[in-house]
Amino acid sequence: MTSTRKRTILFLAPGLGWLALFMLVPVGIIVTYSFFQRGIYGGVVFDFTLGNFARAFDSLYAGVLLTSAKIAGLAMVLAVLIGYPAAYAIARGPRRWQPVLLFLIMLPFWSNYLIRTYAWIVLLNREGLINQGFRLLGYDGEPINMLYTDATVVVGLVYNYLPFVVLAIYAALSRLSPDLWEASSDLGARPFETFRRVILPLSLPGVAAGAVFVFVLSIGNFVTPDLLGGGRVQMVGNLIYDQFLSARDWPFGSALSFILIGIMMALLFAQAVMVNRSQGDHRG
Amino acid sequence: MAQKARLAAGILLAAGVAATTAPAGAQSLVISNWDGYMPADLLDRFTEATGIPAELSVHATNEEIMGRLVAGGGRGFDVVFVSSPFAEALNALGLLAPLDHAQVPNVANLYGEAQDLAYDPGNTFSMPYAWGTTGLCYRSDRMATAPDSWDDLLDPAPDLAGDITMLSTDRWLMAAGLLALGYSVNETDPARIEEARNLLMGATDTLLAFDDTTFYSRLVSGEATLAHAWDGWCNYGTAENPDILFVVPEEGSDLWVDTMVIMANSENLEAAHAFLNFVLDADNHRWVAENILYKVPNEGAMAGLDPTLVDAFPNLGMAPATLLAMEQLRDLGEVQRDYTRAVTEIMAAQ
Repeated sequence: MTSTRKRTILFLAPGLGWLALFMLVPVGIIVTYSFFQRGIYGGVVFDFTLGNFARAFDSLYAGVLLTSAKIAGLAMVLAVLIGYPAAYAIARGPRRWQPVLLFLIMLPFWSNYLIRTYAWIVLLNREGLINQGFRLLGYDGEPINMLYTDATVVVGLVYNYLPFVVLAIYAALSRLSPDLWEASSDLGARPFETFRRVILPLSLPGVAAGAVFVFVLSIGNFVTPDLLGGGRVQMVGNLIYDQFLSARDWPFGSALSFILIGIMMALLFAQAVMVNRSQGDHRG
Repeated sequence: MAQKARLAAGILLAAGVAATTAPAGAQSLVISNWDGYMPADLLDRFTEATGIPAELSVHATNEEIMGRLVAGGGRGFDVVFVSSPFAEALNALGLLAPLDHAQVPNVANLYGEAQDLAYDPGNTFSMPYAWGTTGLCYRSDRMATAPDSWDDLLDPAPDLAGDITMLSTDRWLMAAGLLALGYSVNETDPARIEEARNLLMGATDTLLAFDDTTFYSRLVSGEATLAHAWDGWCNYGTAENPDILFVVPEEGSDLWVDTMVIMANSENLEAAHAFLNFVLDADNHRWVAENILYKVPNEGAMAGLDPTLVDAFPNLGMAPATLLAMEQLRDLGEVQRDYTRAVTEIMAAQ
């Protein structure tokens, strides 16, 4: 017993140490900074203030938070709607094809995130491939503006995070025993009924994991809105990035980060509760 | 015997290498500059001439390098390229080394005007590297009338809506609004700053994008028609399409000076001075101007500039007196906070 416990501690130590040093300490610094004031040229002046938080909830910045949540939420819904059927098809497909299909899903990760995102600019800009294609097909009006809108940012986020959703849902579906399908149909359920009443509920933890993943990664993203939003779509990630790298207002950037971390923690907590509960149901 | 000779030769060779690199071997440089803002071979030429190894680090904006320098007390960098207001701020923070002109005799090559700039008369903490102004860069073949006012940018003709890019870095974004209202680019009156902020907030609706780095390629591709631009960077567009022209709006504009500064924490002060002196050499600085297509404040360099370049890129021919007639960008001290806040709000309000 004690030797098992010792081993557990030993094996956990590097991971916990890493997290404590490189996650808890920086988060602690951010939390601390968020209650102080900025210096003239950047840096932090240690005069206590709640002004950074008051400012973050000013309608202007609250609006940016809402826009970010809206964009991240849309990306999440779309990614699940597109990712679920794909994951289902792979999980129900022939066994020997599954590794190949999963490999294809992972393939985009082999290239750089920035390049994958920049490719959309090449495709969508007003002199881009799609507009050129339209012109070849005989369209001779003004080129269509597809870049630098909220919708373009959503497209970019869905594209980049879709593989995570597919993998998360696939993981949930592939764990389900094939007997479940059989039992359900033996008991008289039609395929759709089986899906709706058996498979879908059992795969929900996977859906939740994938969805929360997309939302959390999207709401803090600043590269995609910067490139595909042309600096015109501001998400809270851009706002934070600018506070640290151009406005040199670390305390305000810290306050915004603090709020963002709070939102992410709440979501991850909700997801953990959901997974826990569904596992509880199993046992019960 | 043969072995001994080989050994001796080896020792001699090692000694020879040590002898040629000893003064340089002690020092090496880390230089931070904007990407593409010096000839690709400049550092190699410097190393060849002086034996001092130099490594380039790049920054995208003044604000970015400023953040890094303030956070780290300037450690890790020897020579940094920043615009004059930022050089002033770094100096105010005590992060810059005083310049020893005895080690930079080529300072004499600078125009008299460039040795007496208001932000640093006598070049005590900064050496001017390039200078110019900010204005409008546009596709003359796609605009019915040439733009001549900041209002053309901020309150454009309806057919230009969605075809315009603007600089987003705080001093230049604010300058567009301040100049359109007839105020100083160094305005400190909060009410006027607010007025410029409100004007700019209304203007962002007609933008294609904020762009500080790729606007010229958007003009070339036809994605944009009118860009808020620095003179030298507009030339990159002109180089690819002669229909791309630059104009200084009639309300006037700023004089910006990009400078070279030496960090006070540098452990390579001599090498850093040697680098400044190398750049200010008339031939080297001319090589810089011909490569980056920005005006350099070096009389000898500009006199030797290939005249066909000035024909192709008229703003290279702008005389120092014309530039000096513009208002020099100065550090704003406390008021800088109001500028960054205004810019944050303009960006957030879209």
